[in-house]
Amino acid sequence: MSMLARTVGRTFMQAAAARSLHTSSALRVSDNFGANRTTCTLVPGDGVGPELVYSLQEVFKAASVPVDFECYFLSEINPVLSAKLEDVVASIQKNKVCIKGVLATPDYSNVGDLQTLNMKLRNDLDLYANVVHVRSLPGVKTRHTNIDTVIIREQTEGEYSALEHESVPGIVECLKIVTAKKSMRIAKFAFDYATKNQRKKVTAVHKANIMKLGDGLFLRCCEEVSRLYPRIQFEKMIVDNTTMQMVSNPNQFDVMVTPNLYGAIVDNLASGLVGGAGVVAGASYSSETVVFEPGARHTFAEAVGKNVANPTAMLLCGTKLLRHINLPTYAETIQNAINKVLTDGKVRTKDLGGQSTTQDFTRAIILSMS
Amino acid sequence: MAARFIQKIVNAAPAASRSYSSGTQKVTLIPGDGIGPEISAAVQKIFTAANVPIEWEAVDVTPVRGPDGKFGIPQAAIDSVNTNKIGLKGPLMTPVGKGHRSLNLALRKEFNLYANVRPCRSLEGYKTLYDDVDVVTIRENTEGEYSGIEHEIVDGVVQSIKLITEEASKRVAEYAFQYAKNNNRKKVTVVHKANIMRMSDGLFLRCVRDMAQKYPEIQFEEKYLDTVCLNMVQNPGKYDVLVMPNLYGDILSDMCAGLVGGLGLTPSGNMGLNGALFESVHGTAPDIAGKDLANPTALLLSAVMMLRHMELNTYADKIERAAFETIKESKYLTGDLGGRAKCSEFTNEICAKL
Repeated sequence: MSMLARTVGRTFMQAAAARSLHTSSALRVSDNFGANRTTCTLVPGDGVGPELVYSLQEVFKAASVPVDFECYFLSEINPVLSAKLEDVVASIQKNKVCIKGVLATPDYSNVGDLQTLNMKLRNDLDLYANVVHVRSLPGVKTRHTNIDTVIIREQTEGEYSALEHESVPGIVECLKIVTAKKSMRIAKFAFDYATKNQRKKVTAVHKANIMKLGDGLFLRCCEEVSRLYPRIQFEKMIVDNTTMQMVSNPNQFDVMVTPNLYGAIVDNLASGLVGGAGVVAGASYSSETVVFEPGARHTFAEAVGKNVANPTAMLLCGTKLLRHINLPTYAETIQNAINKVLTDGKVRTKDLGGQSTTQDFTRAIILSMS
Repeated sequence: MAARFIQKIVNAAPAASRSYSSGTQKVTLIPGDGIGPEISAAVQKIFTAANVPIEWEAVDVTPVRGPDGKFGIPQAAIDSVNTNKIGLKGPLMTPVGKGHRSLNLALRKEFNLYANVRPCRSLEGYKTLYDDVDVVTIRENTEGEYSGIEHEIVDGVVQSIKLITEEASKRVAEYAFQYAKNNNRKKVTVVHKANIMRMSDGLFLRCVRDMAQKYPEIQFEEKYLDTVCLNMVQNPGKYDVLVMPNLYGDILSDMCAGLVGGLGLTPSGNMGLNGALFESVHGTAPDIAGKDLANPTALLLSAVMMLRHMELNTYADKIERAAFETIKESKYLTGDLGGRAKCSEFTNEICAKL
């Protein structure tokens, strides 16, 4: 019976998603047993991930956020301690939300896989859209100001298809796959996002002048979808020009939609402009689940155990989670505390030019919440 | 491979000495389209003022219909570069429409230009938000993502093949380290994404790694492409010489140019098996063509790079100093740098400084 109900529910939701805007699966607080508490899968990740996640948990505890974490240590560079991918996937599928640190991806695999663990997780959950909202933060001194750009990246195909072979010794072919289906899907996601968030412009980033078929297909799909959204301006930009424009005039960008690799490039570049990997949060969406993770993926392995990493990105992931599961008041409280600490500028971690530790920063946030 | 390099150096040495003895050396000049002729004239004028022992051989590369019925570069231009081994090229219009291959691509193929070198340095007198940039990007230029092998397997599914070969990777790696050594650079960083493309970028990475061992005096580091993007905009001083596959090089070289003020200020050189071609990489700017408003800096600095390649370093230094001085004084800046001077005024000022 319950099976039936679920199936019906899902069908309904899919129908709703297909008909109207893409909304993922928000508003699912009441599904859980226990007094309106939400369970969220937690993957601390490698490098400084565990330290950052600890900071997040402390802040959540201090704010009495009704979220319980289901923690799985998943790691490619530490396969012995790592949880099984199936278990993590099952947990995320059950909880529909996840907070994830950065997984280190080594240059080789001890079992000879070409796919990284990150790719496997994304493919298993079909996390096709990565959304990184890059915004200038108060109190963080950077070269450019008032940056407010959303980068939407396709992350299940393209250069990250992990299809490679050595045809003859010394000659390697690496396949980049672009499909109309996935390109349409990401383009629709981007325009829906723009509509929902009152954005004005979507920029498609490509290299179709060189990769005429592959990137050409991506670009054509974006063009086609753009015609369905006449109120949103659409523009195309070649990836090398995009990076050049980004460092000289980043304010011209609004929403950007990119294939996989270019997305990684633009994400990192934009994060660099607003203060680095420690302050930008992101999220990966499938039609069912959302994984919140830092926007620029760096494990910062050289800082492990030194208590110097900046937890801002992870805390912002937390606020995104809270908004997603419809707990905006808690999100506000934490967001305000972050803004206050950053604006005051007394407690700053090393990456922002201060001397404070991760712990100091976390404490400062907790103090300014009360 | 090493043998080829030694051969090249040996070949280069008598060429340079010959130029001193006989006085002049011939260089092919491809003025290009749009603002190309103006800025080429400016460079020629400055070179005359500096008494550089070079004789220009201007050629036209407007596509002509070849014996196979396809449009291509005229044979005369190809012959000229092949005999002179050195060329300077203004911006070329990329022909729109069918039947034309990109001329830039054709030139690259014709002369086997395997490495693209783009030094980016902050210029005093032209303030950007980034003031300590001094990086050189060296890009593999013959394969990788730009191999041009693509097909639609079934309707709506396209595969593009990125081709990485040991031969090309080693060649560019060797060039990068040799460049670092010749130009007193301290560090070479290989930019890769071998964590994602484990075999292809892995091969490239291994080739550079192997080459690094032959140059123990030069510091070597490996960085992911995304890390470089992130750090470059935060602290460009971290990097020195960067070597990478085709696409990453394309992206990073333009980004670095953006850091120092755009493509109008950055020179570029292409090293090939059959010669070297130096060029300005900006567009043809048809809107200001013929109005004496263009900025010849990029082409001039490319020409300076060319002089260094020909081992005419004293002339190179002299011209470079004059150009930098003129920009630093900010009296005669062209429109793109926020000044009001004409191209000819800027050129005359440089000549006066010589």
